[in-house]
Amino acid sequence: MATTRETETGEGGLDLAGAFPDPDRFRWLLGLVVPALLVVVWHLLVVTGVFAAHQLPEPLRVVETLYGMAATGELWGHVAITLQRVFFGVVLGVSVGIVFGTVTGLYGLANDLLDPLLQSLKNIPSLAWVPLFLLWFGIGEGAKVLLIAVGAFFPVYLNLSTGIGNVSEDLLEVAEVYDLGRFESLRRVVFPAAVPSLLVGIRGGVGLAWMFVVAAELIAAGQGIGFLMSDGRVLARPDIIVGSILLFAFFGNLSDLAVKGVKQRVVDW
Amino acid sequence: MTDTSSPADDSPESTGDSPESTDDPALAVRGLTKRYGDTVALEEVDLAVDDGEFVAVVGPSGCGKSTLLRVLTGLEERFEGRAAVDGVDVRDGGSDGVGMVFQEPRLLAWADVRENVAIGLPGGVDRDDPAAHDRVDDLIETVGLDGFAGHRPGELSGGMAQRVSLARGLAYEPEVLLLDEPFSALDQLTKYEQQDNLLDVWRERGATVALVTHDVEEAAYLADRVVVLGGQPGTVEAVVNVEADRPRERTDKALLAARREITDALGV
Repeated sequence: MATTRETETGEGGLDLAGAFPDPDRFRWLLGLVVPALLVVVWHLLVVTGVFAAHQLPEPLRVVETLYGMAATGELWGHVAITLQRVFFGVVLGVSVGIVFGTVTGLYGLANDLLDPLLQSLKNIPSLAWVPLFLLWFGIGEGAKVLLIAVGAFFPVYLNLSTGIGNVSEDLLEVAEVYDLGRFESLRRVVFPAAVPSLLVGIRGGVGLAWMFVVAAELIAAGQGIGFLMSDGRVLARPDIIVGSILLFAFFGNLSDLAVKGVKQRVVDW
Repeated sequence: MTDTSSPADDSPESTGDSPESTDDPALAVRGLTKRYGDTVALEEVDLAVDDGEFVAVVGPSGCGKSTLLRVLTGLEERFEGRAAVDGVDVRDGGSDGVGMVFQEPRLLAWADVRENVAIGLPGGVDRDDPAAHDRVDDLIETVGLDGFAGHRPGELSGGMAQRVSLARGLAYEPEVLLLDEPFSALDQLTKYEQQDNLLDVWRERGATVALVTHDVEEAAYLADRVVVLGGQPGTVEAVVNVEADRPRERTDKALLAARREITDALGV
């Protein structure tokens, strides 16, 4: 027995989980090089007068503006309400997406009935929903959260539905041969196998939620990063506009990294 | 094993023209023809395996060996002829008591070895029960993987993964155990060890075993009876009785004779 194990471990490559070599650890820093260069170029272009300062402010000016708003506390209200909308929108959209994705993934009939409709609805641009949602739900929080939920729904639905539908036939046969039964084979085979697809969907959903929150806030909001942005246009303050864009970029990235982190943790096989 | 004497009177039945005995054989296949579209995988195959008998099916690749097992496990719903386990058609639940070790490991990538083996536990067993845990751990030890219970399939070599799959098949405690080239990915030493394991389990449980292999030596060493499939579509070319007494020595003269007979039937 011992001999067997020795030979097999040798070729098994069980040491893969060990430490990474040092250079790779700092590799992600390379991704910062180009953005840093762009900021420098941006600064130079404004300073040398290629862009007029009233159209594109210096990078430092943007930072100052954001810092000033943060110091007075004005910024946090905008950031908080936007984050809250995105959060509830994502929770709602993902939940409904999971329900629809599961049902259509498991039942061919449900898929035949619903998939063509949902496939065409997903192609409607986010802004196209806005007037209708305003008409139906007014300009309150509900309308915005629902709009964001619509955005988050589709990627989750699409990925989960295909993920469940594409569970390896080989594994389903195993479940059948060992008589796992419907419930056990869903619990032990189908759902775990679809988790990676679900997380891919959630990642896409979170991304779209950020697009939809901009649509919602640009048009009908008294607060939020999107409102800040349109306010910047009204006040002819490009620093506020650019600052808002950077805020969206920052939080969008942060949420994406968070979902990616969860994915790497959960899908670790 | 007193059962080993029965194959002798069974062999005429394999040709399909002897009258049915009163007792239903563990596995009964008659006039089985299986088509995939225009391709005929098996044609008019007859096979009867007695309770507790160990039968090996050998043949070249593409002769329908695996298809035969798939029919018996109930994975193929459409075929012509009859395939029954203990007298019950495989399409009417006859396949419930049949366990199968697939040619590929087919493990759950997200589950560790212990959980993968537990998949095979029979329906009534509570997987969280301590006794079930012990049973799973025993099986993991039986296939020589103690110490790897917490590992995921991605961390195992092909041979180790195949043994997990074998342990899963054994956990099922089937009346009839079908194995599709279960040892083909193992090195020689491990292969011998696992062959003997299988014989132990077979003896202890008195299960009926049908093993598909392309390894003539393996077939002769393990089986009471070797069914040689050949041609395309696959048909039964010959049935070879292995007369060697058990426990067998791999160098037994009777095994050599059986091997020669099998090889001749394969036409090599």
